Amino acid sequence: MNSSLTPALPDYRAQTPAVAERFRKLRERPVVLEVEKLGREFSAERGMVTALRDVSFQVHRREFLCVIGPSGCGKSTLIRMVAGLDYPTSGRMLLDGHEVRGPGPDRGMVFQGYTLFPWLTVTDNVMFGLQMQGMGRTQAESEARQWIQLVGLSRFEKAYPAQLSGGMKQRTAIARALAANPRILLMDEPFGALDAQTRAQMQTHLLEIWRNVDVTILFITHDLDEAILLADRILVLKANPGEVQEIIEVPVPRPRSLAQVNSPEFLAMRHRLDELIHPKTSASTEVEKLPIIRLTQVGDDVE
Amino acid sequence: MPRQSWLAVRKDLTPRRHTVLGVMAFLLPLALWSLISYVPFLWHPMIKVEATGDVSWFRTGQLIPREDFEKEFVRVQAEGGHLPTGIRSNPIFLPAPHTVVRALYTAFTTAPVLRGDLWLHESLWMSITTIFWGFVISSAIGVPLGILCGSYTAIARLTEPFVDFIRYMPAPAFGALMVAILGIHLEPKIAIIVIGTFFQQVLVVSNTVRKTELGLIEAAETLGAKRRQLVWHVIVPASLPDLYNDMRILLGWAWTYLIVAEVVGVSSGITFFINQQAKYRNFDNVYAAIVIIGILGLLTDQILAFIGARLFVWRTLRRSRVRTLFIRLFSNRLTENGPANPNEAQAV
Repeated sequence: MNSSLTPALPDYRAQTPAVAERFRKLRERPVVLEVEKLGREFSAERGMVTALRDVSFQVHRREFLCVIGPSGCGKSTLIRMVAGLDYPTSGRMLLDGHEVRGPGPDRGMVFQGYTLFPWLTVTDNVMFGLQMQGMGRTQAESEARQWIQLVGLSRFEKAYPAQLSGGMKQRTAIARALAANPRILLMDEPFGALDAQTRAQMQTHLLEIWRNVDVTILFITHDLDEAILLADRILVLKANPGEVQEIIEVPVPRPRSLAQVNSPEFLAMRHRLDELIHPKTSASTEVEKLPIIRLTQVGDDVE
Repeated sequence: MPRQSWLAVRKDLTPRRHTVLGVMAFLLPLALWSLISYVPFLWHPMIKVEATGDVSWFRTGQLIPREDFEKEFVRVQAEGGHLPTGIRSNPIFLPAPHTVVRALYTAFTTAPVLRGDLWLHESLWMSITTIFWGFVISSAIGVPLGILCGSYTAIARLTEPFVDFIRYMPAPAFGALMVAILGIHLEPKIAIIVIGTFFQQVLVVSNTVRKTELGLIEAAETLGAKRRQLVWHVIVPASLPDLYNDMRILLGWAWTYLIVAEVVGVSSGITFFINQQAKYRNFDNVYAAIVIIGILGLLTDQILAFIGARLFVWRTLRRSRVRTLFIRLFSNRLTENGPANPNEAQAV
């Protein structure tokens, strides 16, 4: 569909000197998360099914890494394994050089379904992690207050989750995850359930938080534009079995904003991701023409 | 709002209809009962003898099946004797509403027939005591065990098959055994209620606990909650409102077991009163006692529901009042130092 535009687009790997310099510095930062040949097999009716195979990557300190892939490629399985909520059948993960197994507060998670504790107020939700780790109520409360302020919910400290809109719920969930002081923040399609406008606001908000807080982010999404807007690097998975297809350094300069979606770098990146996720050659991903019989009268046309 | 059909599928009723239908739920059965009691030609299969006439076996006030009365009437008529008279009436086991209402009052004010028997309120109190202790003892063990079963699969597997097995044994079957072990007074009755309630309770509680959203448990795990913290700080508070409702339902079951429990050993409490009154053929008193049990149950349940709604504010918010409460709580503060348009603050 973009074939007429393609010749005009720059190479998605082309980086301006400033962007290249950023990536050089990024690579010099210590590795927070190292995933080594991670694999996951499920037993199904017809023997073993490989969901993920030999997935390896590194996340540097304060990097923003997005994972994208077609549906069913195992994105969620991957992040759940990193969080310790699912277990790999092969390979291992190192956090700050130490192997991790099972869930822990060093890997905070934000879920698509909010998963706020409905019986707790916003403050109590944000305090939860701190209290579980043995912090006293007073101290936890004052620390929670700072995180609530950071996500702009100070006026809603005493509200219950049921009283919040979707965006506010997800901001609370982010504050709750950050308050527990994780080494890496895992986000599993966190804005997937939000409407387009709220999602755009949340993306800007998240970038703001990431700029100001010492946190590394691993972000799963199926929204290509979201990935380009947010990520330093994008890890593209392919399906059946889930394997790393390419890890791309996003050439769009920072600070990012929604105004950049029509910049040449953005479009080049977008075009590349489209190629990877929806390959033109494969017939299976093409929209099949539905066998529809005409059920309206002749001449009663809408287009 | 357009007028809604009375039979709209799964739509909320208007408050007015809600009240009207709730009242009707009681009035309709009462109306049916009144019709049968006060309109003679609807049923009234008996004749209450007013004058015996020349029928030797009739007694004044006796209830005679209509066919028998008519047979005797025809016979006496043919012989030319004094004719018996009578009025149509219902069998003794179906007293009219007003007599039951009267009995509701007189049952409390009439001294027991035998000296040493209990007054109605004393019988009632005895029943309430029995049920209270039965339910408390059952819950004290059943609820924690149910929570453990719902939380830890291993404990569930170790407990539930056996509990399931015992659950099918009718509690009254343990009556003789309990009397042998615990004597003939309140103890075996309490034990029957415990047996009847406990095993159901464990299963019901563990089932409710198991319904805790897995996402909440996973979220807590990524926040550093360990096993015991998961149970105490996530599973228990998350299922508390549902557990509370389970308790309400189980308390209803405990009342059912009360009646069988009270005939174990020395008959006692409200059951003794009912049996005694039935023996004297005071069926209005029997109905009165049954109605009292119903009222007591309904009242307890409504009180518990009322308390529950206030105990779990976060739950009730989710329903219709979310918005009004939300606005009431935050609108003034929003205009103070927040964005001018409150909708903006809600949007994100």
